[in-house]
Order: sequence, then structure tokens, then C-alpha cells
Amino acid sequence: MNIYVLVKRTFDTEEKITVSNGKISEDGAEFIINPYDEYAIEEAIQVRDANDGEVTVITIGGEDAEKQLRTALAMGADKAVLIDTEDDLDEMDEFTSAKIIAEYLKDKEVDLILAGNVAIDGGSGQVGPRVAELLGINYVTTITNLEINGTSVKIIRDVEGDSETIETSLPLLVTAQQGLNEPRYPSLPGIMKAKKKPLEKLELDDLDLEEDDVEAKTQTIEIYLPPQKAAGRILEGEVANQVIELVNLLKNEAKVI
Amino acid sequence: MSKKVVVLGEAREGALRNVSFEAIAAAKKISGGGEVVGVLLGDAVQSLAEEMIHYGADRVVTVEHPHLKLYTSDAFSQAFMAVYEQEKPEAIVFGHTALGKDLSPKIASKLASGLISDVTAIEGEGDAAVFIRPIFSGKAFEKVKNKDGLLFITVRPNNIAPLEHDAGRTGGVAALAVDVTNLRTIISEVIRKSTEGVDLSEAKVVVAGGRGVKSAEGFEPLQELATLLGGAIGASRGACDADYCDYSLQIGQTGKVVTPDLYIAAGISGAIQHMAGMSNSKVIVAINKDSEANIFKVADYGIVGDLFEVIPMMIEEIKKIKTN
Ligand SMILES: Cc1cc2nc3c(=O)[nH]c(=O)nc-3n(C[C@H](O)[C@H](O)[C@H](O)COP(=O)(O)OP(=O)(O)OC[C@H]3O[C@@H](n4cnc5c(N)ncnc54)[C@H](O)[C@@H]3O)c2cc1C
Ligand SMILES: Cc1cc2nc3c(=O)[nH]c(=O)nc-3n(C[C@H](O)[C@H](O)[C@H](O)COP(=O)(O)OP(=O)(O)OC[C@H]3O[C@@H](n4cnc5c(N)ncnc54)[C@H](O)[C@@H]3O)c2cc1C
Repeated sequence: MNIYVLVKRTFDTEEKITVSNGKISEDGAEFIINPYDEYAIEEAIQVRDANDGEVTVITIGGEDAEKQLRTALAMGADKAVLIDTEDDLDEMDEFTSAKIIAEYLKDKEVDLILAGNVAIDGGSGQVGPRVAELLGINYVTTITNLEINGTSVKIIRDVEGDSETIETSLPLLVTAQQGLNEPRYPSLPGIMKAKKKPLEKLELDDLDLEEDDVEAKTQTIEIYLPPQKAAGRILEGEVANQVIELVNLLKNEAKVI
Repeated sequence: MSKKVVVLGEAREGALRNVSFEAIAAAKKISGGGEVVGVLLGDAVQSLAEEMIHYGADRVVTVEHPHLKLYTSDAFSQAFMAVYEQEKPEAIVFGHTALGKDLSPKIASKLASGLISDVTAIEGEGDAAVFIRPIFSGKAFEKVKNKDGLLFITVRPNNIAPLEHDAGRTGGVAALAVDVTNLRTIISEVIRKSTEGVDLSEAKVVVAGGRGVKSAEGFEPLQELATLLGGAIGASRGACDADYCDYSLQIGQTGKVVTPDLYIAAGISGAIQHMAGMSNSKVIVAINKDSEANIFKVADYGIVGDLFEVIPMMIEEIKKIKTN
């Protein structure tokens, strides 16, 4: 089975975000694999182990994203592809990313593509479904369970807390929701092996894409931090009186109940 | 220039969701005086059309088909694209709901358009409209504009105020017949886990519990408080990991992002990943035994104490003021 996983490098969830010169500052920040993409990688490895085949992880990013790809290889993926757009593109949006990924995948024999349901930085949740649509294949988002039997697929997906059981077939793109699995940590032998696994580097040229083909449709004009909240009020006194005061404040000062 | 804007309305349990009215308000703003056309897709949606008009739509197009009873991206995209071809709008607005998140990228991809997802505010009107959306799960915001071509946005529930309901407003309602075929997915079962009627992402009040709640039973008083306030319960990942509740309740950077009027955090320490999901709530109340807990840094009101003592007292006190 030919399995592909879309992986994005993002800020560690622990990071505080700061803005300098109108951009999110990357100085000294730690980077990770987007947490939802970790579920996608884990699931891909499990599907491969149960069905045979190969797992290829793909990312669009700069040179630095090689580290996240190596982590995915250390977890157990077989091959990695880094599509480096740094020299070619100043601006990207979800249209751009999806178009590039789909262009890479279009002549591959794809059985299954896994992505995260959302990137915790950009947060649009668009890339998975867009890629599926560009490739003309079906997709199911926010999945929490995946069962593959030949080409038939049974999925449980989370829909705002409710769960839907879905029957469909390969080829298919799915996006991972929390609860899908428990991603493994790379083992030491895994890390050693990962160094020797193939990591292909491509640029737009290699995909026969011109900058114009992938020009962003939207434009970010400003990035800013939310206003700092003023310190709140810690109530004092007997607990019973604090509760009376709190309910009174919620009703009469904040007017929210 | 004024724009013709199409807004997808979304029903849940036979009634339109609030986010649909908020989406109409957003559509009005970007229309710059142009026409706002509501769209309803389902197996029986005709009766909901009037309500969209009362909230500001100029007219409504409905598509009814048995295959539209439950949402699938194939069926809904076919129906929506038929409306698109008929109306040829200059802008589209969806709610940023499970349905909107799943469908909008497919439509945007079909139309080779941009898509500005999860918009929480709109500055300016008509062509000058600029869209504000959270990035890094609300740790920062960006202002985005559409370059040219079709404008397509999804709006986050609870952020854009709906227009005043006006039962006197009238407008046309027209049905469009669409043949929905070739569905690649079958939904064989739907399990409703959200027992209480209020949807977490749309709730005006969220009562959230953390590891401090200590057990699944510990969530019962929180549920009681939430129900009393017409709200929903949520949780930290700590509580979900410990199996006190379902992951679908998790709030935070890898869970839901909520912006209710009132967020009550009980037994939650306030990890950065949790705060990313709730810190933009209008009013935050923290209840925690530990006066040093991080959650107090974002709380408007804090009680240092045992949640098992405080929550039942709150329930009693609120019942008292409700009966008065
Ligand atoms: C090198 C680079 C330069 C950028 N420059 C700009 C810029 O100038 N202006 C701007 O506004 N934005 C820029 N971005 C951000 C970029 O446009 C968005 O992050 C991207 O379109 C994905 O959107 P998202 O983060 O909302 O992902 P989502 O759609 O939320 O991601 C969902 C899933 O799609 C997959 N996915 C997403 N992104 C990638 C990726 N890069 N590679 C592989 N899989 C992916 C993952 O599986 C992810 O879980 C840049 C991003 C990169 C990597
Ligand atoms: C990649 C990644 C993503 C994550 N995403 C999320 C996310 O989306 N959402 C999220 O919530 N977390 C997330 N986390 C986890 C996060 O870092 C914290 O571990 C988690 O939020 C802690 O949950 P908690 O506050 O319930 O538990 P704890 O930190 O253990 O806090 C429990 C609190 O309860 C208090 N308490 C105990 N008993 C009582 C009592 N009787 N009365 C009152 N107070 C009491 C304690 O004083 C303590 O402050 C993520 C972590 C990682 C690494």
C-alpha cells in the first residue's frame, strides 16, 4: 500500500508567541511536528505494518524542516520528501500549500493520504481537504478510528463531540483528530536508522510549477498579539461569602449570568 | 463596489444554529449594500428559510434531497455548487463549524479561490473589508485580505454579533432541484455523545473541569452548573487523559477553541496549551485550591478553594437569584 503523510513543522505548544517586525519571532523557539500530524504518522505506520507497503512523509518548508522529517523517519516512516519553497516564494497561503502538495502527488499511485485535521499555528484546517479535491479523491476529516480491509474503509469521525461511523473506500485522504492513537516516541535504533533513510529535496522547478501557478489568493497584512488581560480579582473571606460575592459580580458587574 | 454574497445556513436538530445568523451579519458587512442570499441544504429545510430572512438575508435558495439529510462532503458540495452556478456570487460565508470546516476547503479548491478560515472579526466594509483571525490557537492574531477574485470566509461561532431579528422582513424563497449522485461515503451510524443540547463551541457559558475534578462522577456538579446556566461542559486535557471525560470536550491548543461570555475553570492549572483554547473568553472565573495556579493570571475572578465545596454553593446561590 502506498501511504503518504502530510507533515508540518510548527512551534512547540509550550512556546510563548512574540511578534517582531510584523512577524512571529522564531528566535530561540523550539519546533515540533504539528501534534495532529504525529497521530497521522503513527496511524500510517500501523496501517503499513498491517497491510504491507510504504510510508512517505511530505513537508513543505525550509531546510530546518528536515529535522521534523527525520523524526518521522525515526518513528518508522520509510521515506521523506522536503519541498523547499524558501528561494521561490515570499508569500504562501493554503491554496499555495495544497497546490504544491497535490502537484507532487498527482502522478503517484496513492492509496491513502493522512494529514492533521488542523495545524496549530496557521489553524485553517484547509490543506487536507484541498489536496484531496485537487487529486479528485475522497476525504474524511477529524477521524478517531480507521479500519482498512482490502480497499474498503471503515472510519469513526468526531463531529463536534458526536461520533459518526463512515464506510468508504480507497483511495482516500483522512485527517487525524486527537484520540486516533497514541503516537510512539522514536526509539534509539529508529533514530540511527532514520539517518540512512531516503530524504528527497525538491523545489518548485522539480515539480514543473511556476511561481504564478501557486500565487497566494489571500494576503496577511498584519500580525499582532491579543491585548494583555489586566490581573483579575482573587476573592477573599469565608468561602460561602466568596461564592455570594462571585455570583453577585457575575450578575451585576460582568452581566454574564 | 457592492457584492452579492451567499451564506450557507446550518441546521441542528431542526433549528438554525446561531452561527448562521452571525454569518448573515458578516455577509451583510462584506456585501457593501449588495444582495445577501441564504442557502439551505437538507432533506427538509424549507421551513427554516424565513428565519434567515428575519435575520437579514434578502432571499433564500433551498435544495432538498434525501441524500442531504446527513452531511457528506460529496452530497453537500454538489448541492452547493449548483447554487453557486445559479447565483454566481462574489463572496461566500460559511460558519466555522464541523460542517463548514469540512466543506469549505473542497468548495474553495473547486473554485480555485482563497479561503479565509475561522474569522473572528471584520474591519471595514465591502471591498475594503479586512478579516481578523486567530493564529497559534489565539496566542496571536492576523489581519488578512483577499487579493482578487472570489472572497470566501468561514466565521467562528460566538464572535460576530447577529443582526436584530425582524419578523416583519420578507424575501423570496426558491427551491432549486439538484440531482445528488455518486456519493463515495455512507454514514452508517451517528452516536450523539453531546447529551445536553448546547454545543461547546457555540455555548455562551462553559464550565470546564481539569484533573482536579478527580473522576467522571466529579464532573456531575459541573454538568449541573452548566445546565443551570444554559451552558456546556468542557475539560482540560489532563481530565481527558485521565478518562474523566471524552476527548471531544477538550479545550486548548489541541482541542476546541472557545470564546464564551463566561468560562468557569475548576481544578485546571492553566497550562499554556489549555489557555490557548480559552483565554479570549469574555469573562473567566477560576476555582483552584492552589493560589499560585497559572489559571489565576487570566481569570477575571478567582476563588482559591476546593471545587467540590465551591461549585455546589454556586449552584445553590444561582438557583436563589434565578427564583427571585
Ligand atoms: C515555508 C513556508 C512559508 C510560508 N509563508 C507564508 C506567508 O508568507 N504568509 C502566510 O500567510 N503564510 C505563510 N505560510 C503559512 C502557510 O501558508 C500555511 O501555514 C499553510 O498554507 C497551511 O495552512 P495551515 O497552517 O492553516 O494548515 P492547515 O490547513 O490547518 O493544516 C492541516 C494539515 O495539512 C498539512 N499541512 C499543512 N501545512 C503543510 C505543509 N507546509 N507541509 C506539509 N503538510 C502541511 C498537515 O498535515 C496539517 O496538519 C508559510 C508556510 C511555510 C511552510
Ligand atoms: C502537544 C501538547 C498539546 C496539549 N494540548 C492541550 C490542550 O489542548 N488542552 C489542555 O488542556 N491541555 C493540553 N496539553 C496538556 C497541558 O500541558 C497540561 O498538562 C494540562 O492542561 C493539565 O491539565 P489540568 O490543568 O487539568 O491538570 P493539572 O495541571 O494537574 O492541574 C490540576 C489542578 O487542579 C487543582 N486542584 C486539585 N484538586 C482540586 C480541588 N479539589 N479543588 C480545586 N482545585 C483542585 C490543582 O491545584 C491543579 O492546579 C497539551 C500538552 C502537550 C504537550
